[in-house]
Amino acid sequence: MGYPHAPHARETVVLSKYFGDSEATTLDGWRKRGGYVALEKALGMTPAEIVGIVKDSGLRGRGGAGFPTGMKWSFMKPGDGKPHYLCCNADESEPGTFKDREIMRWTPHALIEGCAIGAYAIGAETAYIYIRGEFTEPLQRMEAAVREARAAGVIGPNAMGTGKRVDVWVHKGAGAYICGEETALMNSLEGRRGNPRIKPPFPAVAGVFGQPTTINNVETLAAVPHILNNGAEWYKKFARPDNPKSTGTKLWSVCGNVARPGNYEVVMGFPFKDFLYDLCGGPLPGRKFKAVIPGGSSVPIMNMEEAEAAVMDYEGMVAKGSMLGSAGCIVIDDAQCMVKQIARLARFYAHESCAQCTQCREGTAWTTKIMERIEAGEGSMDDLDTLLEIGDSMTGKTICVLSDSCAVPVVSGIQKWRHEFEAHINGKRCPFRAAAAA
Amino acid sequence: MATSKEMGGTHAESHASHGSAGHLHGEPYQPVFVGERRRQLDELLTRYPTKMAALLPALWMVQEDRGWVSESAMAEVGEVLSLTPAYVKGVVTFYTMYHQHPVGKHFIQVCTTSPCNVCGAEDVVNAFLKHTKCGELGVTSDDGRFTVIEVECLGACGFATPVMINSDFIESVTPEKVPDLLSKLP
Repeated sequence: MGYPHAPHARETVVLSKYFGDSEATTLDGWRKRGGYVALEKALGMTPAEIVGIVKDSGLRGRGGAGFPTGMKWSFMKPGDGKPHYLCCNADESEPGTFKDREIMRWTPHALIEGCAIGAYAIGAETAYIYIRGEFTEPLQRMEAAVREARAAGVIGPNAMGTGKRVDVWVHKGAGAYICGEETALMNSLEGRRGNPRIKPPFPAVAGVFGQPTTINNVETLAAVPHILNNGAEWYKKFARPDNPKSTGTKLWSVCGNVARPGNYEVVMGFPFKDFLYDLCGGPLPGRKFKAVIPGGSSVPIMNMEEAEAAVMDYEGMVAKGSMLGSAGCIVIDDAQCMVKQIARLARFYAHESCAQCTQCREGTAWTTKIMERIEAGEGSMDDLDTLLEIGDSMTGKTICVLSDSCAVPVVSGIQKWRHEFEAHINGKRCPFRAAAAA
Repeated sequence: MATSKEMGGTHAESHASHGSAGHLHGEPYQPVFVGERRRQLDELLTRYPTKMAALLPALWMVQEDRGWVSESAMAEVGEVLSLTPAYVKGVVTFYTMYHQHPVGKHFIQVCTTSPCNVCGAEDVVNAFLKHTKCGELGVTSDDGRFTVIEVECLGACGFATPVMINSDFIESVTPEKVPDLLSKLP
């Protein structure tokens, strides 16, 4: 569902409260809604105090890895005499994920405010918001908001009249999934090919332009002003009583074969079954859910037994064999061929591989070739073993995790839907395609 | 920094010497970074500690003005940012959104990654190929109006199938909507 629409009664709208409210996109509108109060407060505090509050809140990275944000910020050593940088990762490209797009379209000032607070907290005077090139509308909204905030002195050489410099700039990508990987993003920002870098050195030591750098996701930074306004205790309450490790509200993007696709904001620990059948409206008429990829295409595919027993937080998804990832939830129903869909995912990774690591360049290409061969009815049983073997050689052996991300759906697909693979091989055709033709 | 006159001269020369594509033979290359564009680039350079960081934005300016990034334009960008043409080409070829050849007046990108695929994106692609008379992916129609390509995840999966026509981002496209969408294009 596009915005505006009323939130579902079981949503907890913090970040998405003003989605669909076009007045909230302007500086005046944002101020009327309580905007930039947190920035003013932050600039009156010490950076260490801000880092402390964010640490206490339990906020974790919303881009995929779930690393504690306050801890990441604390890696930036104050007073080292070097320029520090904040990079906001707005390269949202993980298939299934489209939440940051709405944050930037509807509440661009929330992101600027989060960036400015984050930059100040890590001792940076400059924040770059790296937005994927295809996001034309979010780019326009962000650029307009930056111009407005800068002209009003909210950001710039004398932010909020405090004498502190906080510059925020928008940088446009040019079409590369891999630039959502933090070290590739930094290379791209520097004007290089978007190849990921070997770590260490970690970005906090030598990041963009060789200087200490923190990279945070859009949703992570947009949550920061709310935490400063309402306090760490308030944020921590949005959690399961038995799991303090995942806190806050979370935006979930839902797509695929589902009655009400769109973005939903729920508290950490929300039951996944209720989410899929109640908030998202369940399957399309006459269909049944078959599989869910809960955290963007790079996480293991869940069958419905696993999905319906899962709770929606970092630990809850791991407990049922998958990951929260970027919370881009792809729903696949019983009319879809798993082999075809996994082949399509493999093709995505093959296309997006930056090709610097052999295991990834070769592995993603061969995985795609073999998967498409099986889908076409030309595969053999040996192909399944070959796929698992390739998957093993693609996991944990490369500079970044794109290679692993290609292996994950293939391996979990063969484990959980082996019968579909075998039906293709034994029947020498795709049973779903045959059914459609009949 | 070379003046615009010098740059124009340099590129006309380099064009003649290695015959790079990008403009009609005999016509000197017209530099992009003069006047307002030069001023915009200079403003941009103040945002970064290195000149090289302005490479992606500079290439975007070229594409906005010229519709694609020719080898002559790569050489010009290299010159204004103190980079070699080979380095610039290395970057251009990494990113999918820079056109290394002229494309149709309306460049149509249809998302076909898994979330859209399960919602019927392949039928949307076929509808575009049929109604634009392109017939094939990546081919420009005979009248020069259209080029259709498949694109990997556009990041609007809940609005399958998203389609980009030049810089317009259109959500929830179905095969039935394609003729109407095309008829509204200038």
